[in-house]
Amino acid sequence: MSVTETQKIEELANREYKYGFVTEVEEDKLPKGLNEDIIRQLSEKKGEPDWMLEWRLKAYRHWLTMTEPHWPNVKYDPIDYQDISYYSAPKKKPKYNSLDEIDPAIRETYNKLGIPLEEQMMLAGVAVDAVFDSVSVATTFKDKLKELGIIFCSMSEAIKEHPDLIKKYLGSVVPYTDNFFAALNSAVFSDGSFVYVPKGVRCPMELSTYFRINASETGQFERTLIVADEGAYVSYLEGCTAPIRDENQLHAAVVELIALDNATIKYSTVQNWYPGDKEGKGGIYNFVTKRGLCKGVNSKISWTQVETGSAITWKYPSCILQGDNSIGEFYSVAVTNNYQQADTGTKMIHIGKNTKSTIVSKGISAGRSNNSYRGLVKIGKKAENARNFSQCDSLLIGDKCGAHTFPYLEINNPTAQVEHEATTSKIGEDQIFYLNQRGISKEDAVNLIVNGYVKEVLAELPMEFAVEAQKLLSISLEGSVG
Amino acid sequence: MLLEIKNLHASINGNEILKGIDLKVDFGEVHAIMGPNGSGKSTLASILAGREDYEITEGEIWYNGKNLLELAPEDRAREGLFLAFQYPVEIPGVSNTNLLKTAVNEIRKYRGEEELDAIEFLQLLKEKSKLVNLDEKFLSRSVNEGFSGGEKKRNEIFQMAVLNPKLAILDETDSGLDIDALRIVANGVNTLRSNENAIVVVTHYQRLLNYIIPDYVHVLYQGKIVKSGSKELALELEEKGYDWIKNQTEEVSA
Repeated sequence: MSVTETQKIEELANREYKYGFVTEVEEDKLPKGLNEDIIRQLSEKKGEPDWMLEWRLKAYRHWLTMTEPHWPNVKYDPIDYQDISYYSAPKKKPKYNSLDEIDPAIRETYNKLGIPLEEQMMLAGVAVDAVFDSVSVATTFKDKLKELGIIFCSMSEAIKEHPDLIKKYLGSVVPYTDNFFAALNSAVFSDGSFVYVPKGVRCPMELSTYFRINASETGQFERTLIVADEGAYVSYLEGCTAPIRDENQLHAAVVELIALDNATIKYSTVQNWYPGDKEGKGGIYNFVTKRGLCKGVNSKISWTQVETGSAITWKYPSCILQGDNSIGEFYSVAVTNNYQQADTGTKMIHIGKNTKSTIVSKGISAGRSNNSYRGLVKIGKKAENARNFSQCDSLLIGDKCGAHTFPYLEINNPTAQVEHEATTSKIGEDQIFYLNQRGISKEDAVNLIVNGYVKEVLAELPMEFAVEAQKLLSISLEGSVG
Repeated sequence: MLLEIKNLHASINGNEILKGIDLKVDFGEVHAIMGPNGSGKSTLASILAGREDYEITEGEIWYNGKNLLELAPEDRAREGLFLAFQYPVEIPGVSNTNLLKTAVNEIRKYRGEEELDAIEFLQLLKEKSKLVNLDEKFLSRSVNEGFSGGEKKRNEIFQMAVLNPKLAILDETDSGLDIDALRIVANGVNTLRSNENAIVVVTHYQRLLNYIIPDYVHVLYQGKIVKSGSKELALELEEKGYDWIKNQTEEVSA
């Protein structure tokens, strides 16, 4: 974008302000605290049908009976669930009038990532009343999707417009009884996305382009459901490379994927929520339940994630390989720096015959951070000829960080073939010096090594996303080598 | 003058390793630095390249008109100083091609030159790999990972050929090489030898100097250059052994 264009947009924004553009602050927020009354109000504000309210209440009542899980390698202060507001207007009006009001550090990061100016404004919450390409592109996309019978809408809309599909599939992979945070999410989820791809349809585009912008507005308790009917294909991108500023400390999302016969779902995530400052203060607690069900024969679910943000990440995108010949994949890069903690991995549950799973996990720890891989491969009694290959690598930068690998295997069928490989390496001063001696600076040397280390995973991301992810990694590790 | 070392003293953890080195290297020259183990040869090479483990307590190093000790290691490299490592490190996941592409472009950027395009760059690599009989398949392999000792050393000389330095320091490049590999390496170095560069060969043994003929030979002992001479000095050393130097030095200091 040229300077003049930039000026034009800024002028436009300022003019709008001059004309007395008033930010309407919708005081649409529930008081802090959680009880049945709050849930009733939440459901009512969202205009939900009774069955949805009942579903939420059942989840809430179950949640009351549960205790919060604690993992040995993740430490944080207790969360006060009564000190959280569980509903606020989903679309907050912008708080700023121009990009000049935004923290220069955040703007610098946007620039390093190469995010277009208009998206920067939206991400940062700058009031701009100009018609942006990305918005119109989104509309075009929606028309195209509609033509093919693909449903791609918010969860709130889906509850009203597609109750049969929601009733059938919501909670079918992650029931509210599943875990503490899944129960909480089921009771109070704010919004999220719903995707349904009908029989035999191949979704012609990555469901992403305008998601980056929407991502800045997604709530604390996001709920996503993706259903690929027989023979369908969909690739879905979640998240954002740009740092998301958010006042909410606890994020407990639930993502459910369902692939019927011969269907494929590819789900990619780039997560870069606020990790806290260099001393470890603040930062998002990201406690997510993500699970895919390969329900039909020859179905396939592939998870790819690049996790660089959040103070604490706790997530295990999993695959239940129920259909015969179904395939589950998990490709992960998890970076922790400063005082970040990540406990992430996957579960591959083999139930059907000839099911296959692949796990490639690449952890990178720097600073004083802790990074754990925790994975389960379970081969059921009837899963004849199941195969799994797992590779879990850890890369350490500096000597104050930690990396841990916890692979769990449960094999109940003698025909299973399970392979596990694990390595731990360290970016050594010798490697950095060697690269320095070839004319490469310290930071570029670290990037070169890190990119070499993660390329297998980034190759799984859609091209455009992969380039951003690569830049994101280098930003996340800035200053990690003295 | 390309390199001028004046009264260089250096220590590590309080132990003085170099105790006053003086050395001048001009364009077109090949200098050999010989000496018994522990005499400070590799320390000198590391200090020139900019390794931070050492403390320079006294002296100066001038390189091509610049104060070398004020330059960061990567800037020394960009100014044309190259170290062929005694123990080249393995860098898993980073291909030789990727390393060299990054290095060449960083160096070009520093010099205000345009980056090479992919085709020009690959041509350069192919041409230079022939110089040390390095199979093209090595280009896509991770840097030094799983290379034999000889392959690692050949890879160092290959990198030298691609980066085309003004001053190349070969730190015990002959160690661990069989006679065939030694010939290949020496042949590569000789091809690169010109009036626009200089080479400092650090070695324990005379045998590499049968193939890379030096203009000057210096003997380093206990952190000092105790004897300098022509290529014949290397032969004399080979014949009489380092004890000859040790005895002479001790006589002088006694």
